[in-house]
Amino acid sequence: MKLTGAQAITKALEMEKVEVIFGYPGAAICPFYDALVDSKIRHILTRHEQGAAHAANGYARVTGRTGVCVATSGPGATNLITGIATAYMDSIPMVAITGQVSTELIGRDVFQEADITGATEPFCKHNYLVKKVQDLPRIIREAFHIASTGRPGPVLIDIPVDIQVKEFNFEYPGNVEIKGYKPNYKGHPVQIKKIAEAIKKAKSPVICAGGGVINANATGELQELVEKCSIPVTTTLMGIGSIPSRHELNLGMLGSHGLYAANHAVHNADLLIILGARVGDRAMGTAAKIAEKAQIVHIDIDPAEIGKNIGTSIPVVGDVKLILKELAAIAEKGDVGSWMERIKKTKKDHPLRDEDGAEANTVKPQYVLSILSDIAGEDTIVATEVGQNQIWAANHYRIAGPRSFITSGGLGTMGYGLPAAVGAKVGNPKARVVAVSGDGSFQMSMQELGTIKQEKLGIKIIVFNNSRLGMVREIQKLKYCGRYSQVYLESNPDFVKLVGAYGFKGEVVSGNSQVKDALKRMFSNDEPYLLECIVDPEEPTM
Amino acid sequence: MAKHTLSVLVENHAGVLSRVAGLFSRRGFNIDSLAVGVTENPDISRMTIVVDGDDYTVEQVGKQLNKLIDVIKIKQLDRHDSVSRELALIKVTATAATRAEVIQIVEIFRAKIVDVSKNTLTIEISGGTDKVAALEDMLKQFGIKEIVRTGTIAIERGNKYIRVNNEEE
Repeated sequence: MKLTGAQAITKALEMEKVEVIFGYPGAAICPFYDALVDSKIRHILTRHEQGAAHAANGYARVTGRTGVCVATSGPGATNLITGIATAYMDSIPMVAITGQVSTELIGRDVFQEADITGATEPFCKHNYLVKKVQDLPRIIREAFHIASTGRPGPVLIDIPVDIQVKEFNFEYPGNVEIKGYKPNYKGHPVQIKKIAEAIKKAKSPVICAGGGVINANATGELQELVEKCSIPVTTTLMGIGSIPSRHELNLGMLGSHGLYAANHAVHNADLLIILGARVGDRAMGTAAKIAEKAQIVHIDIDPAEIGKNIGTSIPVVGDVKLILKELAAIAEKGDVGSWMERIKKTKKDHPLRDEDGAEANTVKPQYVLSILSDIAGEDTIVATEVGQNQIWAANHYRIAGPRSFITSGGLGTMGYGLPAAVGAKVGNPKARVVAVSGDGSFQMSMQELGTIKQEKLGIKIIVFNNSRLGMVREIQKLKYCGRYSQVYLESNPDFVKLVGAYGFKGEVVSGNSQVKDALKRMFSNDEPYLLECIVDPEEPTM
Repeated sequence: MAKHTLSVLVENHAGVLSRVAGLFSRRGFNIDSLAVGVTENPDISRMTIVVDGDDYTVEQVGKQLNKLIDVIKIKQLDRHDSVSRELALIKVTATAATRAEVIQIVEIFRAKIVDVSKNTLTIEISGGTDKVAALEDMLKQFGIKEIVRTGTIAIERGNKYIRVNNEEE
């Protein structure tokens, strides 16, 4: 059929079964937005392109589908960069479509021109500048394939405005043939057997589950293996939800801001199995030391991650779900009785303290999060910001399962939480979605309150207000002898009045005793609600 | 640090060179030289990259290159099992007094003289890196005005060949 480039984009998106996209229009993407009027794809208009990218990110994490964001050329595209980099660092499947100036004008510094393919090259799995309209269907097909297979990641397609208006014969390709891209899913059976043998021999095994376990939808297989062989599990920040928080084999998050029991287990293990994790420095900064004591098994779909940060005795490249399935079938429990006792004792001696001691004029964030776990229910999705609020949520919110804790792990992007919550709610409208933030990060993307209002999304927002850039202040306290530099957010707005300007309700709590009732009020209906908690600036994460 | 030669097959698209160069700079790998040209298949180019680094670096270079969608195949060439060449054009000062001596050295190295002027001679030499370096060394005493080098290119010895869908013979 004869279509314009812009119509071809909408048709291709429909063929890829895309139901919703997040974006912000502009001159160079106008033809696409015109074609969108005739399409049944739902478009969520955000208030900043970065919000669109983060929303596509949240949508992808919650649904497992590829998130799509759209922006215009120049500043619209460059505003997506932080969102694309966030998705890249956390391996989230995303396709970003940007308008570009007319083909013959590229390179002449015309209005709203930016070399977005050059600029995003370090942050995406691949990107395309469309030069011929006939290439458009193949490019879109390839982009979705690349974004969602192997190790997922963002792919950007830059489409000049003249190509969007050109007519051509539209044919959507069936197969994708990319010579240079053939991910390997099946783990080598010899290697898997070696792991099973190692598990049988190990006296103190530990599994470290990362974001890859969730990307691969492998939480069921993981639980089967660890229950069969009695192996305790720690998760990275991205792996939270791989195992339910309250599961007896769960050790909690490991690393610089993790729990004692988790780090203790990892440092005393004789077998460490790393699943779908990239050995990030915050999780395993002491990787070299760990590798001294333990035999390291690393299972990942990206061969480049294996051996990058930690020496591995048994590497396996493949899909975590397939490998765990095979492994669970042949693995047997080792002699781990005394190790399990030791784990139990460590957890008991160093429990997670939810700080329910009542304090005057401030609220303990750890307490709020633990009560939230009880009240909110299992189908709740928590989207966090970055900083102290993120760490408190990671450690104190009890997660029931995968795809319910979304956070910017690798890049640590402030301003991620609120738009990600938008994407999460759009992706899973029946779920309760709570955005947890600090006063600093909330102000980085509070313009998305407009999106929440326009799309009628009943998102609940918790702001831990200590009038500080909390995590940086903590660093300055520990490493710079308390010489605080530019971490005092002196003039915060009245957050309740702020959301009131959008027609939302909210309240402030300043004591632990007020928290339970406030949360009940927050969840009493499906309307957006903001709960501001006054937190002591000295409250630490470690 | 050891030098390793990688033969990389890439899609012949605009921007591929920039992607590879960007990858190296981003990850902190040291490129000693990079030469690229189209192969017997016009859709595919070959890059010959000489990397300066230890075993861990070379392994990471290969793995990160493989992640690029435009990279199709990578082979590390063994120094003893491959032939490698580079080409250099050397402009050296040569007056009437010294010209004869320079020409003698050129003959010994079996290089060629491609340009002559009152005060200079331009010499073309191709060969292994050692040979080119040796000639440069010999000519230093006369005063080298300019050297232009290509990167190293290399090919495996014997029956084997590197192609897109083929296993090596």
